[in-house]
Amino acid sequence: MTRGRLFVGVIVAIVAVGLGWLLFVTLPKRYGGGPTNAVSAAPSTTPAPPGRKIKARLFYLAEDGEHLASAEQEVAYGEGPVAQAREIVAAQLAAVAEPLVSPIPAGTNVRALYISDRGDAYVDLSREVSSAHPGGTTSELLTIYAIVDALTVNLPAVRAVQILVDGKEQDTLAGHVDLRRPLEKNLELVQ
Amino acid sequence: MKFRWLPALLLFVVGSVAVLSSQPPSSPALTLFSKDGRRTLPLTLTNDQELVALDDLASTFQLRVQESLGAITVSYKGRTIVLTPDQSLASVSGRLISLPAPPTRAGRRWLVPVEFISRALTPIYDTRLDLRKSSHLLVIGDLRVPRVTVRYDALGASARLTIDATPRADSTVSQDNQRILIKLDADGLDLAAALPTPGPQGLVTAVRLLDQTTIVADVGPRFGGLKATLQPVDNTARQVIDLLAQTDTAQAAPGAAPAPAPTPTPAPATPELPPAFGAPISPIRTIAIDPGHGGDDDGARSASGTKEKDITLAVARRAKTFLEARLGIRVLLTREDDKTLGLDDRSAIANNNKADLFISLHANASLRRTTAGASIFYARFDKDDAARAPAAGAERVPTFGGGLRDIELVPWDLAQIRHIDQSTTFATMLQEQLTQKVPLTPHPVDSAPMRVLESANMPAVVVELGYLTNADQEKLLASDTFQTTFVQSLYDAVVRYRDSLTAAGGTR
Repeated sequence: MTRGRLFVGVIVAIVAVGLGWLLFVTLPKRYGGGPTNAVSAAPSTTPAPPGRKIKARLFYLAEDGEHLASAEQEVAYGEGPVAQAREIVAAQLAAVAEPLVSPIPAGTNVRALYISDRGDAYVDLSREVSSAHPGGTTSELLTIYAIVDALTVNLPAVRAVQILVDGKEQDTLAGHVDLRRPLEKNLELVQ
Repeated sequence: MKFRWLPALLLFVVGSVAVLSSQPPSSPALTLFSKDGRRTLPLTLTNDQELVALDDLASTFQLRVQESLGAITVSYKGRTIVLTPDQSLASVSGRLISLPAPPTRAGRRWLVPVEFISRALTPIYDTRLDLRKSSHLLVIGDLRVPRVTVRYDALGASARLTIDATPRADSTVSQDNQRILIKLDADGLDLAAALPTPGPQGLVTAVRLLDQTTIVADVGPRFGGLKATLQPVDNTARQVIDLLAQTDTAQAAPGAAPAPAPTPTPAPATPELPPAFGAPISPIRTIAIDPGHGGDDDGARSASGTKEKDITLAVARRAKTFLEARLGIRVLLTREDDKTLGLDDRSAIANNNKADLFISLHANASLRRTTAGASIFYARFDKDDAARAPAAGAERVPTFGGGLRDIELVPWDLAQIRHIDQSTTFATMLQEQLTQKVPLTPHPVDSAPMRVLESANMPAVVVELGYLTNADQEKLLASDTFQTTFVQSLYDAVVRYRDSLTAAGGTR
């Protein structure tokens, strides 16, 4: 009886270790890294680092303050959809020079990014996206859809985008827009 | 133990004698209503419990009743109910249900509580059985038998008949000599309460049932004319018939329209209520106004420190006073003071109070200091969300205490989906009322996945009053003039919206 129990215990332990390794070592390696807090340099303002580039449409605050205006920018090439998505988000979050104005609070970083089998991208952002947000429905919409549209417009593999903050699912960024579900592309906000 | 039923029987005998000796002997009976017509089953009253004979049910519903080994087995098409004498628990297809009283023997017959039909028979029977215990009615099959209540109110020289039919059944009103006929579009009527008895002096002298679906009101010699209005109220169709005495007819012909509230002055000291006689009952009875943010959550802030939460509360308070005084309806605020309140709690307050309209007030912010103007948002759902919401419709479920009830199952966070059209209508009306009175953004009405609107189970909008990040707008939003003008426009929009609902409800 005791032996049998011991055997079962050993099996469970082995399976647990195996799962843990898969979950914490293999998968993160495969799906785009841990929370590195790295922000790639602003594509428009700094000289392009050596290496391959792609062109992507990124989104900035339009002159009227109520819409997004898109601009084509050079973004570092990423191997596979996850790496490329991460590069696009990093470029979208990067500080920009006048006359462009970013709709995303300064200091926001991408902590992690995953893409599910059905094409839902989960973008984990640092807390500044919420804590430094000026509030207001319109600016909240523009912050969120700049990221949603940057991924859905440039990557056919991404169907919808859910924004997480500090690794956690959020109700809203500033009390208005529902972040509990992945959001689909919305070009009505783009001029 | 064996004779536990004796006292009950004794009481029954004594009770029966008492009932028989009092006059008239109101022997209760259950009316069965099916496609083939009506018939009745006798009921026995014991200890306030209505019992029906098992063999009466057996012959009516083709049940087989067998008694063996101290159990009574009732079977129907291979499905069984097992009853035990002295026990109020029964097994229905292997599942335990409880009855309000155990089966009782009366001579050679077994009597069971009338709830046996709803709790034991309904689950195993092929055809829908709908027991309406309070009106002693059993509806067999898919027949439309709405519960109907008739109310008669004498109002001085005039009077009003109100006929409520639940679930909704349309009705037509016609006049025939000295009678008003109210014909309901149904298979039968469930008259849950007694019909009113107005008396010979009134405009209406008597109200009675003419046939299975027609109610007739006999009118007296003073009767001059009528105006009938049919409108939906939740799951009820309400037919309101206003009756006028002969001398009044000339004046009351055009339905008094609500006053168009001409001046942008604050709430008048004396309300315009009560609504003019002849005007339909308002489909807007409760409005929930939600002052955005509050407590720990300041919302947006201006450069000089004006907080969104204070502006929204000030405007909400003004709106409450103004709308209540002018419309005579209930306006509730989701928060009355500076307190923290979750987004779900806000829509829950509106839902729990059955608000007919939900208006969430906010002030906007932009990274560009020049951005200005008010805007109105209604909820937006992506394709995936819409697919999650079940097709509109109700599910019929047994209720505690017997009977069936239609309940609508909608995920909490998708409740707004079926109100989107009305929300858009109201948003557009509000924009039209605000135009040229307060500054608006170039495209003031838009949809967005607004968290606070998604769970609201009524037409709902978010109003962004203007941009606190714009210095001119900040001053404007804090001013009396702006707040009064906004509240006046909101009132105008609510009146327009209410009238559009009344018109759609079918004024006749």
